[in-house]
Amino acid sequence: MAKISIRNEMRFILNGRDVVLSSVAPDATLLDWLRLDRSLRGTKEGCAEGDCGACTVLVGKLSAGGLVYESVNACIRFLGSLDGTHVVTVEHLRGASGQLHPVQQAMVDFHGSQCGFCTPGFVMSLYGLWMQSSDPSNAAIEKALQGNLCRCTGYEAIMRAAHTISSYGKAAKDPLAAERKAITARLEAMHDGARVEIGTGKTRLVVPANVDDFAAVLDKEPGATIVAGSTDVGLWVTKHMRDISPAIFIGNLDGLCTISEDKGVISIGAGVTYTEAFSTLAERIPALGPLFDRIGGEQVRNMGTIGGNIANGSPIGDTPPPLIALGARLTLRKGKKRRTIPLETFFIAYGKQDRLSGEFVEAVHVPVPAKDTKFAVHKITKRRDEDITAALGAFFLTLAKDGTVEEVRIAYGGMAATPKRASSVEKALLGKPWTEQTVETAMAEYARDFTPLTDMRASAEYRALAARNLLLRFLAETSGTREPIQVSRHEAA
Amino acid sequence: MNKHAAPNLKAEKIAGGVATDQRHDSAHKHVSGTAVYIDDMPEPAGTLHGCLGLSAATHATITSMDLSAVRTALGVVDVLTANDVPGENDISPTGRHDEPVLADGKVQFYGQPIFCVIAETREQARRATRLAKVEYKELPFVTDIGALDPKRDKLVTPPLTLKRGDAATAIRQAPRRLKGKMRIGGQEHFYLEGHIAMAIPGEDQDVTIYSSTQHPSEVQHMVSHALGVPSNAITVEIRRMGGGFGGKETQGNQFAALAAIAAKKHHRAVKIRPDRDDDMIATGKRHDFLVDYEVGFDDEGNVLGVDFMFAARCGFSSDLSGPVTDRALFHCDNTYFWPAVHAQSAPLYTNTVSNTAFRGFGGPQGMVGAERVIDEVAFAVGKDPLEIRKKNFYGTSDRNITPYHQTVEDNIIQRIVAELEQSASYARRRREIAAFNANSRFIKRGLALTPVKFGISFTATHYNQAGALVHVYTDGSVHLNHGGTEMGQGLYVKVAQVVAEEFQIDLDQVKITATTTGKVPNTSATAASSGSDLNGMAAQNGARQIKDRLTDFAAEKYQVPRDQVLFLPNRVRVGNQEIAFADLVKQAYMARIQLSAAGFYKTPKIHWNRDKGEGRPFYYFAYGASCSEVSVDTLTGEYMVERTDILHDCGRSLNRAIDIGQIEGGFIQGMGWLTTEELWWDAKGRLRTHAPSTYKIPLASDRPKIFNVTLADWPEASEPTIHRSKAVGEPPFPLGMSVLHALSDAVASVADHKICPRLDAPATPECVLMAIERLKKEAEAGA
Repeated sequence: MAKISIRNEMRFILNGRDVVLSSVAPDATLLDWLRLDRSLRGTKEGCAEGDCGACTVLVGKLSAGGLVYESVNACIRFLGSLDGTHVVTVEHLRGASGQLHPVQQAMVDFHGSQCGFCTPGFVMSLYGLWMQSSDPSNAAIEKALQGNLCRCTGYEAIMRAAHTISSYGKAAKDPLAAERKAITARLEAMHDGARVEIGTGKTRLVVPANVDDFAAVLDKEPGATIVAGSTDVGLWVTKHMRDISPAIFIGNLDGLCTISEDKGVISIGAGVTYTEAFSTLAERIPALGPLFDRIGGEQVRNMGTIGGNIANGSPIGDTPPPLIALGARLTLRKGKKRRTIPLETFFIAYGKQDRLSGEFVEAVHVPVPAKDTKFAVHKITKRRDEDITAALGAFFLTLAKDGTVEEVRIAYGGMAATPKRASSVEKALLGKPWTEQTVETAMAEYARDFTPLTDMRASAEYRALAARNLLLRFLAETSGTREPIQVSRHEAA
Repeated sequence: MNKHAAPNLKAEKIAGGVATDQRHDSAHKHVSGTAVYIDDMPEPAGTLHGCLGLSAATHATITSMDLSAVRTALGVVDVLTANDVPGENDISPTGRHDEPVLADGKVQFYGQPIFCVIAETREQARRATRLAKVEYKELPFVTDIGALDPKRDKLVTPPLTLKRGDAATAIRQAPRRLKGKMRIGGQEHFYLEGHIAMAIPGEDQDVTIYSSTQHPSEVQHMVSHALGVPSNAITVEIRRMGGGFGGKETQGNQFAALAAIAAKKHHRAVKIRPDRDDDMIATGKRHDFLVDYEVGFDDEGNVLGVDFMFAARCGFSSDLSGPVTDRALFHCDNTYFWPAVHAQSAPLYTNTVSNTAFRGFGGPQGMVGAERVIDEVAFAVGKDPLEIRKKNFYGTSDRNITPYHQTVEDNIIQRIVAELEQSASYARRRREIAAFNANSRFIKRGLALTPVKFGISFTATHYNQAGALVHVYTDGSVHLNHGGTEMGQGLYVKVAQVVAEEFQIDLDQVKITATTTGKVPNTSATAASSGSDLNGMAAQNGARQIKDRLTDFAAEKYQVPRDQVLFLPNRVRVGNQEIAFADLVKQAYMARIQLSAAGFYKTPKIHWNRDKGEGRPFYYFAYGASCSEVSVDTLTGEYMVERTDILHDCGRSLNRAIDIGQIEGGFIQGMGWLTTEELWWDAKGRLRTHAPSTYKIPLASDRPKIFNVTLADWPEASEPTIHRSKAVGEPPFPLGMSVLHALSDAVASVADHKICPRLDAPATPECVLMAIERLKKEAEAGA
């Protein structure tokens, strides 16, 4: 391995100016830094947990497709994760002579603000959307705003504004578009291939130079906190004030951010965000598209990674059950050593995963279901979007020529201490004709597989009942019924 | 707005008068992040930061409190406890002395503030707070009112009884009767800007407090009590809140008092901004209710007599629970004439945070109770609930006496509902939905149209007063101040429109200034939807005083009769000549005419005798109706609002754009209350839904897919309100009821509309699925 150079400062662009910081606490959030250190107080704190969007800013990063700006939650985004990026806050939108930006003018003219506290966050989310799409559909706007809460307007005025932004100005003429080349050049100049190391002990943070470097650093410091999207680790800090030092920020490691397909298996690097994975997965495994649209809000999907969702071992993570049902495998790496295991065996017990000290999740490998298989995933929440799962069921099925169940994998989240297979239910289905009678018999088996809990998201009784009924829904949707089988927000595109 | 343009002296109309669509005065600042909220103000050098230490027991005596590790933690300057309150350790807004600033020896709910850490930075204060070692001796506690007897158990404030006629006899003698019970959940305000106060000490006893409050005068009084200094030492200022919704009517007192105490003690500015979890745990919410009802009716569905018990979870102290539970009773009729009625409240003590004001202030809970009764009757007689609703509406000349003996003089609900029924194609869609449901196994649709009548005025008569301060400067520009606070509702711009209209000057000539106790004293909370009604009138009065002086001056100077002085857009016609407003003002100044006035207003006609349960508590009523259609997944209870149509009455609207925003926002907030917003306490009495990750307010994607909101263009206030407009803050909130009833309608379809679903609120997907299961079982058992 080539010798890695070490840099003891981090660099990024804030609005128009380069920033160089040689002192950055591993748990310093972008929001606090903006508000307290830079006195940029247009960006607000509403919840400090990535759920309300009042703190939304854009982060521009270099990726394979060039410079991409994405909305993120500054409240749970660590400063240490921003090396080599362009941070854009609401203060950057007004023109040199003080005129409002098209997004801002549309919001004003359509009465999109009342108390105004959530408004800068909405403006930034809409700005991010407008740069990607000049004439977004209702569905696209609602999706872009899933991570922004407004308590005053009822959203209707904001939607009206969102539909008209392009009549106020063209994204191509926007400063961020006009300066794209220059910013790209400045960011490229910042990417010097060095490892960033700042501080010692409780103030230590590391941004590895590449994946090999990460493996080496983690092997040496196995107690370090690995921070990818920080949609979970962020809360350890803002809510629980946990010490995360030393922290290793891996969100920018190109080698972890690849998604590729080989012989019918999609390999997703652990650093791939939900947003980055979306187009590939939604195209190749269509049932995952609607699920991904309901994970977090746009800001969280822009930050959160599938690898992190797996690695933190939550019983209510949304990706493990469908990946288990699809028969996914997981590659773990320690130093230079790799091993690949069935994903389902990774989850041992609550808070306990099959991960050695100094080992990390490197990639997950997902077989694309064959054409004649049936696959579905259904998430149940109190609020449809941007809500944490009460129960989530994933179903994979192949039928023999005679219509009997040849292969079946059913996995649930929210029903046990880990993502878990419904093995008794599967057993009751296997070899039987795929009919309502079989399904009804199998539904009685859920009680063997799951003893769900009662908590603030749902009662045990509801979880048990709704989880069981999802099998009936799966039967209906695989049996060619023309009736609606679930409520939907938008007609399928 | 950036440049001061010269006013148009030839205009036919001023720019920005009443009854025109004006933008929120701060909209351009909201969108650019330059609107300053308290946490955005530059802190004075040396500002300290506070963090509350909260009780970890639900009901207990504190046996020991070891704060030594807190005191020695990095950055900590002080730790305040009850002993550090120099004046009275009480912030009970109604003077019942039951709500300490900091708990003293005893805690009564999980999350009650018991100490306050003051440190150099907010983060240091937060970290240090966790180092406290507090030991408790646990006492028995009760968090759920389901376990309480409303007639026997402890109340936090005296209950109210309303009665008219002999309800018991009417029910007993009615051809049909039934009884039931409904649970109505509470609601977290979830203002996007949480509570915050910054106190800056002055000389002598003075302290200035920037507080995110709807009630600066009350903060002033509470702080003065807590500090033990006269009110004249305390100034409270608020330019804008990031949302209030009632949550900042009394709940800011605690933070302001603690910031002020620390500021005076340490001679440094002190800011306290709780994080979202602490804010949600330690401050009050909408009251949840258990409503017991009994109703007598005939076979046609005419209600003959009703008896209600409204039991409310008030929490550990009274706060505003008295007036909130009173208002629930005031709305237990909604739009319906109850020929005989008996209604009681039970403001129950519980070991939970003290519940408080929230948009509607108990009224929506009363109306939900009324609508449940109507639903029950409709199912019992086998008719469409809308038919039963219309049958029982208040009359216009008879059948118009409320349970509190006020005559409804301005009833327009028949026309509102008739027009909405038409525009929403209710009858056609009712048929279409029946056909859809007959052919759909899993997904069922439901439809409902529900009315709203909301009483306008504070029921505490003395609150119905307001003051304003109007200055005209020598350049003709106007400085406007009043007692109302801006929380996003557009009050500032509406009142400025009134003043612009009065002087006939363009709106941009009127500068709206931060609400402060130093300019307008003894104000009421900006609450009860009364902001524009009261402050608009007070500001108009102030402007008129100045206008009168200008008229007198012009008449005398130019030797014309008074009635030949006319205020035209940006100019004044005096006899045959026109003088620019600014010029006339300048001339008046040179002639030593006073160009400043304190305006005042008190609502006429209202009175209320609580002991007798009689009077005219409301100046007038605001009306509206909404029609919602939902689809429900009978396998999971998940649902979607397919369409909502609203027709609402704002009288002659001062600003339709602002009013439409209030209606849309109020409806969505009301829908959230009745659907996904669930407060959940665990067995230990801990609130577990204390952040947006667990407490789910509506998103953009929860809006009705089709959402038609119309302001009725024909009503006007029957009383001489400000330009005959009507209040709009609270009345649209209960429009959300149509979603609950549409869900109920969809659920009912699984048992062929023969069983009343008795859907509780909030009707979460879980609640809906469980109701579906119950109905299926009952239908099977009955078959």
